[in-house]
Amino acid sequence: MTETNGLNASALRDRLQQLARREGIHQWDLGAACSDDCSVQVDRGEAKQLKAAQRSSITVRVWNGDGLVGITSTTDLSEAGLEKALTGAHEASRFGNPDDVPGFSPLATAPLPELDRPLKQRRGILPLLSTLREAEADLLARHPAINSVPYNGLAESLSQSLYLNSDGALREMQRTQASLYLYAKAEETGRKPRSSGAVRLALGSGDLDVSGCIEEAVERTVSHLAYRPIDTGSYRICFTPEAFLSLLGAFSSMLNARSVLDGVSLSRRESLGTSVAVPFLSLHDDGLHSGNIGASAFDGEGTPTRRISLIEGGVLTNFLHSEATARAFGVAPTGHAGLGAKVSVGPDWFVVSTTEGVSSGHDLHHKTHQDPFVLIEDLSALHAGVKASQGSFSLPFDGWLVKGGERISVEAATVAGDIRTVLNSLLHLETESEVTPRGVSPHVWVDGLSITGEA
Amino acid sequence: MIVSSPPSADGLLLTTTHLTAALFTTNGAALLEDLLQRGVSAGASLVEVFAERTDHLGLLAEQDNITSVNPSFACGAGIRVFRGERDGFVSTNDLSRDGLTRALDQALAMLGLEIGTRDSAAGFQGLRALINHAATKEDWLQRCPSMAAAGDRLKQGTAHLERLGQHLQVRRGSYSRDWQEVLVAASDGTFARDIRLHQSTGLSVLAADGDYRASIGRRYGSTDRPEDLVNWNSETSATEVCESAGKMLRADYVEAGQMPVVLANRFGGVIFHEACGHLLETTQIERGTTPFADSVGSLIAHPAVTAVDEGLSDGAFGTLSMDDEGMAPERTVLIENGILQRFISDRAGELRTGHRRTGSGRRQSHAFAAASRMRNTYIDAGPHKPEDLIASVDHGLYCKAMGGGSVGPTGQFNFAVEEGYLIENGQLGQPVKGATLIGDAKEVMPRISMCADDLDLAAGFCGSVSGSIFVTVGQPHIKVDSITVGGR
Repeated sequence: MTETNGLNASALRDRLQQLARREGIHQWDLGAACSDDCSVQVDRGEAKQLKAAQRSSITVRVWNGDGLVGITSTTDLSEAGLEKALTGAHEASRFGNPDDVPGFSPLATAPLPELDRPLKQRRGILPLLSTLREAEADLLARHPAINSVPYNGLAESLSQSLYLNSDGALREMQRTQASLYLYAKAEETGRKPRSSGAVRLALGSGDLDVSGCIEEAVERTVSHLAYRPIDTGSYRICFTPEAFLSLLGAFSSMLNARSVLDGVSLSRRESLGTSVAVPFLSLHDDGLHSGNIGASAFDGEGTPTRRISLIEGGVLTNFLHSEATARAFGVAPTGHAGLGAKVSVGPDWFVVSTTEGVSSGHDLHHKTHQDPFVLIEDLSALHAGVKASQGSFSLPFDGWLVKGGERISVEAATVAGDIRTVLNSLLHLETESEVTPRGVSPHVWVDGLSITGEA
Repeated sequence: MIVSSPPSADGLLLTTTHLTAALFTTNGAALLEDLLQRGVSAGASLVEVFAERTDHLGLLAEQDNITSVNPSFACGAGIRVFRGERDGFVSTNDLSRDGLTRALDQALAMLGLEIGTRDSAAGFQGLRALINHAATKEDWLQRCPSMAAAGDRLKQGTAHLERLGQHLQVRRGSYSRDWQEVLVAASDGTFARDIRLHQSTGLSVLAADGDYRASIGRRYGSTDRPEDLVNWNSETSATEVCESAGKMLRADYVEAGQMPVVLANRFGGVIFHEACGHLLETTQIERGTTPFADSVGSLIAHPAVTAVDEGLSDGAFGTLSMDDEGMAPERTVLIENGILQRFISDRAGELRTGHRRTGSGRRQSHAFAAASRMRNTYIDAGPHKPEDLIASVDHGLYCKAMGGGSVGPTGQFNFAVEEGYLIENGQLGQPVKGATLIGDAKEVMPRISMCADDLDLAAGFCGSVSGSIFVTVGQPHIKVDSITVGGR
């Protein structure tokens, strides 16, 4: 995206100011985004689908004479589109909620953190196709049971986002990102097919760890070929970093001030300062972490992104905030807001770690532990199997029953429990942390979770 | 600075030429023909343009206030070029002639096609006369309720919840109105226009009493009925939600195991949608991810099962006047008495798998290429009464309301049970929560042994390869002889 076809922030601001003045609107803000991306998929050496997209969108918020807020979004960046969005937001403000009026973030003009995310040259669709063809061929050649890679894709994008408001705030950033996913299917005669895969992210497609992605996809798929059913019962569990981060993410409303205020969180205002997990668990949200490829320097309200402690020594220390929720709690916004009439709040990048100086009292390692346990590699269907406001989950998983060092792939099974119980019955966090596409975590051990198998 | 971006005449700036939306004017046909001619002249075997304009309104009521009003409008086009069985797809928000030409050229280049390399007269015979499905729908957007009226209806719903429910910590009502104007033109002469209107309304609650919690929701949806929200019986909906929440609040967790299950009608149909319907889309044949690829004419389900996918039921969420490739929908019998009859197919599916198109080419928006997707999909009614099914079970689970679910690339599926009851000795027993149904499509279809006579449909959203689309699931009460129930 060049200066000629990206969003022109100053032109956008000037035009909005003119339109707002004409409509008698004194307070407004705007979030905008545009992107230019392309992606490829292949099927046994042939290009399956080649895609490209140019996208642009803006969201305008307006405060009316009564101080109520309205919003409108559009992909139409013409003058007519901008005018329609502004007047639409003004009309919608008549239905603004007087009990919860968002304002400008007090940090919308504060200095932004330095982000070391250089823009990378995009290679274009045909080189992407060539790379993916080679990756697919390599993967298919690794094991005779792997007969297809039904889900695969290689993509690269350049995107731009900005935030500006009538008080003069102007945030702008560009970023490049590339992704590769390879999900293979393997099947042996008389056995059910198995499928698994791997994902890699990078700032540019030339930086993607293609061979690592192939290795992991092969290992994950082939290692599950010799599956067996598992008996239904209660098991000692070890979550891989990716699986534990998936589970935490599904219950992030526990840490979300918006959800607390709405009454749909397991936490309450008074939960701050109370114990919610074992003392050796600490949790931070760190959107600026070097492993976070999609890092943004500011949130939807222009608040700078920052690292924040959520659980320290098992004690709930902070919630994630927007401007409005921060005001309600008497704290500063944390940089986790979207942009809306009712502003959403969400985590950036969880970092799970052992509390400094606090031991679990165990010395467990998933590669050496001899007693039976279930190693959960990946959780599925979180959208269906998690009741975030109740705390319960019942989720299909890929994993192994590990006995005396032998790993036996588990046939279709689910793991069920309550997140509060899980956090308070953690046995151990292993020493080494892994950077995953979801965040950073070590392997996490917990006792007594229910597993339903088909045995 | 990045240098690989395509050149732009206007850029995404505030210019008057950007997004002129000429496609939707009377001059649109000429512009479309120019584009299609350009593509065919470059050697494309088929070029298709899908253009849309949308107008969306979303409202949320919490307790007794409207807490969020979200209007949005958009436009864009997706251009798909085929060269033999391969295709390239480019989407853009820029509907100007320059923007569309740039997108087309990008799609052609993906397939190694260049402008001016072929006989310019070859292939394209011009667009046929416009098939205008929208002629009787022009005023639908204006006939929908205003923001104020929609907000009032939602607040009536949450007021009913307050009156009818107990221990309600959160009461919510939501409304979504999606208006879409689409235009499809292709170099085989296809030229069609439609207006679609989807509205959905939902009520949900979080009931809490001490450590007991239950979250229950119901959503209703319709197609092409502008007055649907006005006619919505919010009191009936609130009664249903509150009764369910009251029963589930103190429900015990279900004990895991293998057992027979009776699934209620309406949204119980999600099991067929996820477990079998997806595997009967030609996209799954293309990926090699359906076990039924070679099973047409074979018994794949219990003889009690006949299943249909269609786009015709009046007002149903998956009903269409035309699909997103301009084809009129049809009633497709998928399974008849347990025997696989047909796959759901789109243009690419027909090209690549040989299964005839069924008017099932669907997409979320212009940003997605169409794919074979379900519309209104259901197991047909059988001869039994619902109570016959319950009476036939000694020990099992009755799933009155289902949550979401998904199916994996090997056919393994899972569904959350939102409201369940134990069945003991042919009688409904205590409510239970936390149940998940898991299994494998190929194994579970032969176990659907009884179908009741109370077929009913329910609105839903389906996310898959071409995005999130409006669908209907449905079934009568059915009995599955044995399935794995995940619990504690």
